Amino acid sequence: MNFSDSAHPPGPSARPQAATLEFREATKRYPGQDEPAVRELSLTVPSGEICVLVGPSGCGKTTAMRMVNRMIDITSGDILLDGQSVRERRPAELRREIGYAIQQIGLFPHLSVADNIGTVPRLLGWHRDRIRARVDELLELVSLDPAETRGRYPAQLSGGQRQRVGVARALAVDPPLMLMDEPFGAIDPINRERLQNEFLRLQREIRKTVVFVTHDIDEAIKMGDHIAVLQKGGHLMQYAPPAELLMQPANRFVEDFVGADRALKRLALQRVRDVDLWTAPLVRAGEPAAEARAKLADSEVPYPLLVDDQGRPLGWLSERALAGERVTDELRSRPTPTLELEDVLRDALSDLLAEEAQYGPVVDERGAVTGVLSIEILSHALKTDPDEVPSGADAL
Amino acid sequence: MSPLLAQVQIHQRTQDTCVSDNGFCPGWIADNFDRYVDPFFQHVLLTVVAVAIGFLIAFSLALLAYRRRWLVNPITQVTGVLYTIPSIAAFFLLLPITGRGFLTAEIALVSYVLLIIFRNILTGLDNVPEDTKDAGRGMGLTDRQLLWRVEVPLALPEIMAGLRIAVTTTVGLATLAFFAGAGGLGEQIFADITFKSNVVTAGGLAVLLAALLDGGILLVQRMITPWTRVVAAR
Repeated sequence: MNFSDSAHPPGPSARPQAATLEFREATKRYPGQDEPAVRELSLTVPSGEICVLVGPSGCGKTTAMRMVNRMIDITSGDILLDGQSVRERRPAELRREIGYAIQQIGLFPHLSVADNIGTVPRLLGWHRDRIRARVDELLELVSLDPAETRGRYPAQLSGGQRQRVGVARALAVDPPLMLMDEPFGAIDPINRERLQNEFLRLQREIRKTVVFVTHDIDEAIKMGDHIAVLQKGGHLMQYAPPAELLMQPANRFVEDFVGADRALKRLALQRVRDVDLWTAPLVRAGEPAAEARAKLADSEVPYPLLVDDQGRPLGWLSERALAGERVTDELRSRPTPTLELEDVLRDALSDLLAEEAQYGPVVDERGAVTGVLSIEILSHALKTDPDEVPSGADAL
Repeated sequence: MSPLLAQVQIHQRTQDTCVSDNGFCPGWIADNFDRYVDPFFQHVLLTVVAVAIGFLIAFSLALLAYRRRWLVNPITQVTGVLYTIPSIAAFFLLLPITGRGFLTAEIALVSYVLLIIFRNILTGLDNVPEDTKDAGRGMGLTDRQLLWRVEVPLALPEIMAGLRIAVTTTVGLATLAFFAGAGGLGEQIFADITFKSNVVTAGGLAVLLAALLDGGILLVQRMITPWTRVVAAR
């Protein structure tokens, strides 16, 4: 397989990176129940996309997901993975080729992080050295320090770290398809947002086909390239990219489910990197005050932003800081909220409102300031013509 | 004088007043300690063999009942009946069939520990978190792999707890094994039950043995379940 277009080094697996998944009138009927749990579900998930199954509890979204790796057997219809029916596969073998991450994570408490991640590679008979190398590679991929983490037990990790290990474990053999059932459900809102962003960043590197189950429409809009809205009994109400779902809900159910604040939700479709940021008047302590004043005059932002040698924000400067010959470090306020390029605009707005701030410095991956986001930019984005709103997938 | 005849065996040829008064005599214990060595090791053998065989049977029964839930009640009831039969009664009931000796004692001791170990293993397996099993299955572990790589290891704390109860109980019960003609420390105790030095020495050895075996199992448990002792984060 061709890994050359991938940003990260190829995994030691020789599998295709992403599969196409197709539900064909897939139905699950439990004996003794009139209504099927999932009724004739038909949809296709293109290779490398995140498909979110969303709906109220009891809508059959988890059942639909679990039919893919045969944790639940299909009653009628079929599910095809790269054109091959999952019904023809032996369940255990099929499951080893499909990444699996669930809400409670289900890490094995008696195994170290390394052994947890190495579970499927061991089942497939990989050599020890290859497993060790893969474990370290995956830990780095999910932003954990291999040396510090690999020997730990799950009980020694925080919730967010456990979640990352869960994702790393699901990715262990570089599966062409990942199933994720409310993977961030048990995480507090702040870490949840961070993990969502991290996963989206990761997904841009690994480009897996992902089936993602959630009951949270905001999470669906944020994570999905396509969203399938299900109603009780596994009825598919609409299958569309997030923007289309928000602009043209197919029926009353979808409209109600998406919520009255559809306009505001559109902010969730754009990221900080998608809008034109203001130039930040960056100054360093000790530089000539005249230069700093010149920068300030060129910027829409009314306050100078003090940064350190690496360009990381230290705080907004008071007027007195520029009064002398050299810039001093007299701060007006801390540089909160500090926003990231990956943040969706809705979260950025929420952060600004929470800090009662007009302006928030935006930093890149290294933490250096690249611009400033203001309430004004956001209100402009809200007024933008809906057709110009890119879907989450295009927001690259 | 005739009820005291048995004591003559131990008291033989002594002028010591402490001994003739049936007192607690450190000097006598030091001089006669070697007579307890063989019964002690008989006792170790009785206990270890009973718990080992009991464990193998109970473990098989627990695995069977874990997969076929309808077996839980019948197995619990049968092992429960075995548990309630007084050991002494069991010895005498078995005598006509298996005769006097080690085998008779072991049958009674093994029947006694079955329920304790069976229940603990089953509890341990039942306590394995559902999401852990689901994750294992979802990752492609077969039922057998799930059992040996996930469920049994996670049940180890309860399994080992069951073994500890079984071992200490069996050390106590094995003091009655001499009724079946299997020796052990009980034989020494009953050889002269009025002589304090004798009862304290034999009884003390039984307590010491129970403590040693219990501590040994605890040590093994700590070695094979390192994850239970890690300090939880945040």
